Amino acid sequence: MSKMHIKMKVNGEEVETLAEPRELLIHVLRERLDITGPHIGCETSHCGACTIDMDGKSVKSCTVFAAQANGKDITTIEGLGDPDNLHILQEMFKEHHGLQCGFCTPGMITRAHRLLQENPNPTEDEVRFGMAGNICRCTGYQNIVKSILAAANEMNAAKEAAQ
Amino acid sequence: MNEMTPPKEERSEALKGLGCSRKRVEDARFTQGKGNYVDDIKLPGMLFGDFVRSPYPHAYVKGINTDAAMAVPGVVAVLTAADLEPLNLHWMPTLAGDKQMVLADGKVLFQGQEVAFVVANDRYAAADAVELVEVEYEELPPLVDPYKAEIEGAPILREDIADQKEGAHGPRRHPNHIFTWEAGDKETTSKVIDDAEVVAEETMYYHRTHPCPLETCGCVASMDKVNGKLTVHGTFQAPHVVRTVASLLSGISESNIRVISPDIGGGFGNKVGVYPGYVCSIVASIVTGKPVKWIEDRIENLTSTAFARDYWMRGKISATKEGKITGLDVHVLADHGAFDACADPTKFPAGFMNICTGSYDIPTAYLAVDGIYTNKAPGGVSYRCSFRVTEAVYLIERMIEVLAIELDMDAADLRRMNFIKKEQFPYQAALGWEYDSGDYHTAWDKALEAVDYKALRAEQAERVEAFKRGETRKLMGVGLSFFTEIVGAGPVKNCDILGMGMFDSCEIRIHPTGSAIARLGTISQGQGHATTFAQILASEIGISADDITLEEGDTDTAPYGLGTYGSRSTPVAGAATAMAGRKIRAKAQMIAAYLLEVHDGDLEWDVDRFVVKGAPERFKTMKEVAYAAYNQAIPGIEPGLEAVSYYDPPNMTYPFGAYVCVMDIDVDTGVTDIRRFYALDDCGTRINPMIIEGQVHGGLTEALAVALGQEIAYDEMGNVKTGSLMDFFLPTAWETPNYETDYTVTPSPHHPIGAKGVGESPHVGGVPCFSNAVQDAFRAFGLKHTNMPHDHWRIWQTANKLGLHD
Repeated sequence: MSKMHIKMKVNGEEVETLAEPRELLIHVLRERLDITGPHIGCETSHCGACTIDMDGKSVKSCTVFAAQANGKDITTIEGLGDPDNLHILQEMFKEHHGLQCGFCTPGMITRAHRLLQENPNPTEDEVRFGMAGNICRCTGYQNIVKSILAAANEMNAAKEAAQ
Repeated sequence: MNEMTPPKEERSEALKGLGCSRKRVEDARFTQGKGNYVDDIKLPGMLFGDFVRSPYPHAYVKGINTDAAMAVPGVVAVLTAADLEPLNLHWMPTLAGDKQMVLADGKVLFQGQEVAFVVANDRYAAADAVELVEVEYEELPPLVDPYKAEIEGAPILREDIADQKEGAHGPRRHPNHIFTWEAGDKETTSKVIDDAEVVAEETMYYHRTHPCPLETCGCVASMDKVNGKLTVHGTFQAPHVVRTVASLLSGISESNIRVISPDIGGGFGNKVGVYPGYVCSIVASIVTGKPVKWIEDRIENLTSTAFARDYWMRGKISATKEGKITGLDVHVLADHGAFDACADPTKFPAGFMNICTGSYDIPTAYLAVDGIYTNKAPGGVSYRCSFRVTEAVYLIERMIEVLAIELDMDAADLRRMNFIKKEQFPYQAALGWEYDSGDYHTAWDKALEAVDYKALRAEQAERVEAFKRGETRKLMGVGLSFFTEIVGAGPVKNCDILGMGMFDSCEIRIHPTGSAIARLGTISQGQGHATTFAQILASEIGISADDITLEEGDTDTAPYGLGTYGSRSTPVAGAATAMAGRKIRAKAQMIAAYLLEVHDGDLEWDVDRFVVKGAPERFKTMKEVAYAAYNQAIPGIEPGLEAVSYYDPPNMTYPFGAYVCVMDIDVDTGVTDIRRFYALDDCGTRINPMIIEGQVHGGLTEALAVALGQEIAYDEMGNVKTGSLMDFFLPTAWETPNYETDYTVTPSPHHPIGAKGVGESPHVGGVPCFSNAVQDAFRAFGLKHTNMPHDHWRIWQTANKLGLHD
């Protein structure tokens, strides 16, 4: 099958790749670009392990063609923080035991990151509703919710301190 | 202590040992997307495998044409049973003493069965070719209902063994019958029940479900033909056993097989078994000389690898009219699907179902389990529980409720009256187990007080009255459960898998500068072993957990062990870790004695150092001893500081707990609202309270799923009705409540540090608790029992049948 030329910005860097028109974005990210943070849990949009951020929206990359990402600005877990400068969500998930096997975690944190952009001061119910597209089989969510609420507090406190 | 020595408490805290809510060392990589799961592995020239699967539950395979598939660009091979037969790999042994087709050998026996294996240079080409493999089937009538397996004219499923009167677990009375397994005293039990003042009887179906970890099963097999070495990365909960099986099947020496379980995205029992995908990937790699990756998709996961439960259970329980239980009789019809691939210790074809007398002092009991073949997927794994313990605990916790109804008693009082008493431990149960320890009354009283049980019952009674007056359409259920688990399999004398005794192991090397590496025969799938086992060791050898690296899952480097499932890691490998640590300390003590020029008996251990008795200023820290072990010749002592321990547990461990669930149920919609869930767990010595709490939250959520909606359902034609996440219920953050956790501590008397294991307890105790809450809500309206899963539709039907919509 002939391939398409796809250009996109991934984690701040311009990347170009060739992919079949039918190739899913998650496969291109993981197999052509070696960005293996986002995972495959269901390939039907249910579990959210493949969640990425595309042009400021949470997107399940298992049900998007790579071709649809042409020209888009994508952030994955790899783009949220680095070892010397973790994102506050990464810190809080560690602090509050918000993960166990870690398979859902990249999608979970990437989604939480967008949720807190959309709603910087969510209630517990809003976090639970806003995260309902991401399934975790290990934690029972309680500590994930705690981690996200703690991150929101920290982010708001940092914002206030900066003002 | 001299002035230079920090206080004991300070040094102890610095170790981050037992009892510390140490943050997890695994989390740095997982939170940054740097975990290394099987599907992340990419080897040069790697090919992708994909299965052609049967659309029929029961059919003859008349022919397979692979021409069109082979013509797809990028396709390298299409394997069928005919290709595997010369290697004698078209069938493989199961963990339960049966055999299973790797690829359909003339017949298919369940929908989704593996028929052919396509190998291609990318996953899209493989998927294209799967569509083009032409298989000619001749449909046969399916057997879906196990109760119809032995009636006249029932279709015979396993024609390969139809004439065998003897199976791996004794006589078979019918070609569709696998085994009968019995425990206890049939005659006495029958007599006790016949003569009893009160008898309650109930039949209940513990439905088929699936562990469904977020990461599906998969592997990358890589045959290096130059060096003759086979490496298999896979989602294995028991990598060493996989290596042994791979060696036995392939004829390759175990020394030339390296099995690696990298990071695993949850297991819950799904990843214990050996699946056709592993065998096909290995064969394909041997044939092509290239690495072959196989990763199942979610539908394949739910429909072909490792179902759980599917027990049709009938219980009879007898008691005096005051409520003292006198006997229990249980029969189970166990639907094992097309091949008996249950993952149980060899001598236990129904797992530890004989723990079904629960937490109660029941003097007489009898259990019989009949295993049956049906046209469903094979499996029968322990989904977040020790072997069949969820089934056992569900049965007894429902029978207690049913008996309470029969006696018109409060179910909490009935439990309390029949608990095994603290002074009765070690307790010999009627069905054979010796419970090591327990203090059930204390736990129960603490739980009931915490939730103000009396007030809940008063509120419930008031709600019933309000409902009758037409003031509300919501009922209130108070779900109770008290469970005893049996985990930590197990003593080699009666527990083995494929002949391998169920010991486990730990090997420790202390480095010259006083840090260490420990390797275990287990493999974490999210439990945080690298965090907690280092804590056990820290407390034993006085080196900070932060200075101890922990490795598991690579059979070339880790000592042999039976893996992680059945909550066995802490009871067995955790014990091996403590024992290996003690060996290190014993040698270290001799070195310290030499350095301090005293007899080793004159030293005492003080957190992180050896101190001369009566002369606290004279000591050697473990760090100093470690250096000495490498830098000087000590007469009579070998250089180095290493130890290995293989631990054969003397008994199982018996964690227990008391759970209470308060639930509101909308009678008109069947919608449930969990108002409160209180969970008290006693897992003995607590290694890391933060991790224990996380395990409890997770196990309860999986319990909620199973009790309230999750199932693998088949229609009468043998089609899977719940084969994707569209239909298979996984609770989200929105459906999941907050849980209150609590604990008591009753250490195991035979475990080196008194720990019992906790990962599965909340699932085992949680399922009956959620189910009892639903059923309790309708008790006042005459409900005795209704089967799980209690989804909204079924609850609505229950309410409807009770006339609550009239």
